[in-house]
Amino acid sequence: MKLSAIIANTGEWLSGSGPHDQIVVSSRVRLARNLKGKPFPGWAKKAERVAVLDEIRGAVIQLPEMKEAFSEKLEDLSPLEKQVLMERHLISREHAAKGAGSAVVMNTAQTLSFMINEEDHLRMQAIRAGLQLDEVFAMINQADGELEESLDFAFHNELGYLTACPTNVGTGMRASAMLHLPGLVMSEQVNKIINSVNKIGLAVRGLHGEGSEAMGNLFQVSNQTTLGEAEEEIIGRLNKVIFQILEHEQNARQILLQQRAETLLDQIGRAYGILCHAHSITSKEALNLLSFIKMGVDLGLFPGGYRLQVDELFIETQPAHLQKGLQATKLGSEERDSLRAALIRTKLKKMPEPEIGKIPTTPPIVQSPTSEES
Amino acid sequence: MFCDVCKSKEATVFLTQIVEGKMQKVNLCEGCSKEKGVNDPTGFALADLLLGLGAAQEIEKNPLGIRCSVCGFSQTDFKKTGRLGCSACYDAFAEGLSGMLKNMHRGLIHTGKVPARLALALSRARELAALQQGLEKAILEEKFEDAAGLRDKIRLLESEEGKESKSGESNLSGGEPDLLDGPNRLSLVQTEDVPPNPGKKS
Ligand SMILES: [Zn+2]
Ligand SMILES: [Zn+2]
Repeated sequence: MKLSAIIANTGEWLSGSGPHDQIVVSSRVRLARNLKGKPFPGWAKKAERVAVLDEIRGAVIQLPEMKEAFSEKLEDLSPLEKQVLMERHLISREHAAKGAGSAVVMNTAQTLSFMINEEDHLRMQAIRAGLQLDEVFAMINQADGELEESLDFAFHNELGYLTACPTNVGTGMRASAMLHLPGLVMSEQVNKIINSVNKIGLAVRGLHGEGSEAMGNLFQVSNQTTLGEAEEEIIGRLNKVIFQILEHEQNARQILLQQRAETLLDQIGRAYGILCHAHSITSKEALNLLSFIKMGVDLGLFPGGYRLQVDELFIETQPAHLQKGLQATKLGSEERDSLRAALIRTKLKKMPEPEIGKIPTTPPIVQSPTSEES
Repeated sequence: MFCDVCKSKEATVFLTQIVEGKMQKVNLCEGCSKEKGVNDPTGFALADLLLGLGAAQEIEKNPLGIRCSVCGFSQTDFKKTGRLGCSACYDAFAEGLSGMLKNMHRGLIHTGKVPARLALALSRARELAALQQGLEKAILEEKFEDAAGLRDKIRLLESEEGKESKSGESNLSGGEPDLLDGPNRLSLVQTEDVPPNPGKKS
């Protein structure tokens, strides 16, 4: 399967749906594994890396869930292709920088991806739309279980799975959710939330940029510790915190509606106006304005049928995605800005103006985690 | 919470950074944060600072520097890269790592998933350790009936293990003196710590 065929379609995590997917964009779980007795990629010689790559790739492409998979060595991907995969969160920045001896394998739905010889011999992740941490963990846990039948992973009786960096040892697991939090940013509560979440051993970070400067109001919540707790406990803790953040975001939006409806409508209306008529727009401005449009869709100001187009624009306006259909090797930033504006104008062309009459007076409140758990 | 650098003053600067999903955290006091030049939290790698701290302390303790006998990685390499050389490095640098792991994580013992092929052996080893602890305690407290029961359980567990690994057939418990006899009972408990079938693992 060709990469171009895979990336022609948006991944399932973007186009699909899941619980609370208005605010929780995606859920992801990544496991780090290494082969016993082999030096970690950063310390291994090229021949050793190649041998590890062959062994792991052989096992991964045998997985029943990886039929119809895309598999390529990093050295055979163009810089643009690597960046497209990065913008889709299918490979890491670190992995994109790798050359000989590294590879990526992913399924067509783009829900499972395997990075071979990143910082560890194997980093495998599952990603899906909405709040589905339990489900993505089950997916990747199953793949891990199948792989360990043929691969001998380095495991220590006390320390668990051994990883190149001690920050990942134990479960080797990083679970994260991407959250869209315009309400908390607008009501200036987001830094408070970030600080309180950091205090309980989880991390919140802007997807592009820090704190209230986070572009597109997108944040990632993840576990920061990997040793001393079972995978399910870590995910349970994360779920609880995400539910609390969800509730805060819903409340913040409702308070904005009640107390600052004019400001809110003004922001959404301006975003609509600029995006529909701009001829040059930076990635930062585009993300920030798209965030208002996305919130407008959540609030029912735009027809629900436009949700996917808006969500896709968050990815499609990223530099590598803008250029992916083009032959040009590299566009300058001015060319990209006008290309970006044109793309947005086309995509939003048929989208009607925001219907201010549709502002809901009582938007649904998210259930708290206690009532959610069975 | 104390400062990670001087370990004496209260930390007032909490730095958090995630690079590609990896979370890095350092807590510093006012003075140390100025000294480390931490004005721009986005401009430097916190993990490297944190790892550097641990590695630097370890190097002071071992001026000659240890190397991993499997992959040749040294403490200096670790300090430079913040990454280890191979899985055996965790044992080679265990002493220096444990302090660092304590700062980084919520515990020092993995309680999560275990590869299926190791799960049985590991749960047995953990059960055996618990039984042996119980046995020692029972003997110390002179609860001999409890001790006898525990000893039987230990023997049963060990014989199961011996059967499965085939090689440990004959060296179990044949002429072992009774644990509960006489004054040297504690030293006998000690010998129980040594696996009775040394040939089972390559
Ligand atoms: Zn200090
Ligand atoms: Zn080593």
